[in-house]
Amino acid sequence: MIHLTDITKRFGEGPDSISAVDNVTLEIADGEIFGIIGYSGAGKSTLIRLLNGLEMPTSGHVTIGGRKISAIKGKELREARQKVSMIFQHFNLLWSRTVKENIMFPLEIAGVRKADRERKAAELIDLVGLSGRENAYPSELSGGQKQRVGIARALANDPEVLLCDEATSALDPETTDSILNLLTEINERLGLTIVLITHEMHVIRKICHRVAVMEAGKVVEIGDVLKVFQEPQESITKRFVSQITEPVEAKQAIEHLKEEIPSGTLIKLVFVGERTEQPVLASLIREFTIDVNIVQGNITHTHGGAYGTLILQLVGDAEVIGKAIQYLNEKDVRTEVISNV
Amino acid sequence: MFENLFPNVDWTAMWEATKETLYMTAVSTFLTFVIGLVLGVLLFLSGPGQLWSNKIVNTITGAIVNLFRSIPFIILIILLIPFTQFIIGTVRGPNAALPALIIGAAPFYGRMVLIALQEIDKGVIEAAKSMGAKTRTIIFKVLLAESMPALISGITVTSIALVGYTAMAGIIGAGGLGTLAYLDGFQRNRADVTLMATILILIVVFIIQFIGDLAVKKMDKR
Repeated sequence: MIHLTDITKRFGEGPDSISAVDNVTLEIADGEIFGIIGYSGAGKSTLIRLLNGLEMPTSGHVTIGGRKISAIKGKELREARQKVSMIFQHFNLLWSRTVKENIMFPLEIAGVRKADRERKAAELIDLVGLSGRENAYPSELSGGQKQRVGIARALANDPEVLLCDEATSALDPETTDSILNLLTEINERLGLTIVLITHEMHVIRKICHRVAVMEAGKVVEIGDVLKVFQEPQESITKRFVSQITEPVEAKQAIEHLKEEIPSGTLIKLVFVGERTEQPVLASLIREFTIDVNIVQGNITHTHGGAYGTLILQLVGDAEVIGKAIQYLNEKDVRTEVISNV
Repeated sequence: MFENLFPNVDWTAMWEATKETLYMTAVSTFLTFVIGLVLGVLLFLSGPGQLWSNKIVNTITGAIVNLFRSIPFIILIILLIPFTQFIIGTVRGPNAALPALIIGAAPFYGRMVLIALQEIDKGVIEAAKSMGAKTRTIIFKVLLAESMPALISGITVTSIALVGYTAMAGIIGAGGLGTLAYLDGFQRNRADVTLMATILILIVVFIIQFIGDLAVKKMDKR
């Protein structure tokens, strides 16, 4: 569906120029939800704007559905944009228009007849769950409702690709989840390809099939979401993964434990897929004469399956602990010794 | 009672003068609105990072706007006498006041338009672009539509300033309440005529302000 080939985007001229996107090559499949994660300044905003020609690459090509976005302009580009629509962090609705009029705006641009605009807008209002609010103005809506209008507006011209520019970053966690559910539903129901950029691993985890991690304009890691969660390669990826698997409280709990009981071994267990459902811990305690403290644990559900981590403190004879760890490894549970006192 | 309070007022002349003032204000406000919008939109779109980003156009337009905005109106009228003579064919009467009124007010309003457009969230313009909007659509359906309350309150202020300008133009014979107050009131020492002319001007100003405020209130959905 989407091909990015050797894309570089520089801002400025000569030695002062900055590479916002640096030699990126990507392929995104039809119907996929593809996430791009990175901290601010990583170049993800620029990258997503290359997909609808809001930015043009300094070198390289962008092709979407056979159309070379990076080589067209004028009328052809404007028509292409109707099939690659976009939603925004701050919604960017026209406040002078009602919900319905906002949704009809792209249809006006596409030259759709009034009766058809009305019909399509009514359909979309229903799809995004805003029935009864069609005549409200954006200022009368909550953030989540505004984003629903943004999504309806983006779907008006039956696009093939939906670009989400930090679409949930201005929303509270609960609203974020409802918007993400809506996006998943749209992806499944309409078979739309979704490309989203975010700095929240939660968003990637919840809806993406594949993820690319960006740092300093480069894609440093790319793969299936579950795989990236299990085996993050780059340190930046590990940091993003730990947003989900190691909440701040867990780190505090570890620090606290080290002070309270300055003995034993802290280990982190990683379970993947069906391993998350096996009673590994019970058998561990039964087999070995050691004390086991559970410091922190969680299970993360991604599109590709579940992924769990458990941080344990093992107190007892060093040799027995060694055997216990070996036992866990034999059970196909990945272990990582955090500290050995 | 009115006859006692205003013994020297010729009501027919007063009414004619009021109509002339209203005529000058209405026509100059309308043309100032149109020309000011063109200037403001041109200033905005030719600005750095905008759709028609063009340093030369931006600088020249900005310079013209600043120049005409800075000339005191009473001097502008005198400077424009040859121009007025050329276009209108006379330098007396309400129509002769129009070129000076418009050239004095349009750049002032153009600046207000620019400020109003700069208040629009850049993201909204980007959103319209991402939907494949033409520049014309962006100008009319985004820029002007989204800044309409500010544009209307701006034209209200400008229109009230224009009422004042018409009175000043009256001194050099444009007609209207200004001429009446000056020639009939001041020069013939009839204070009641001056007072009546003032009262009528105030009423005109209040009505303009009222209509402007009402329109802004109705349009502002923020």
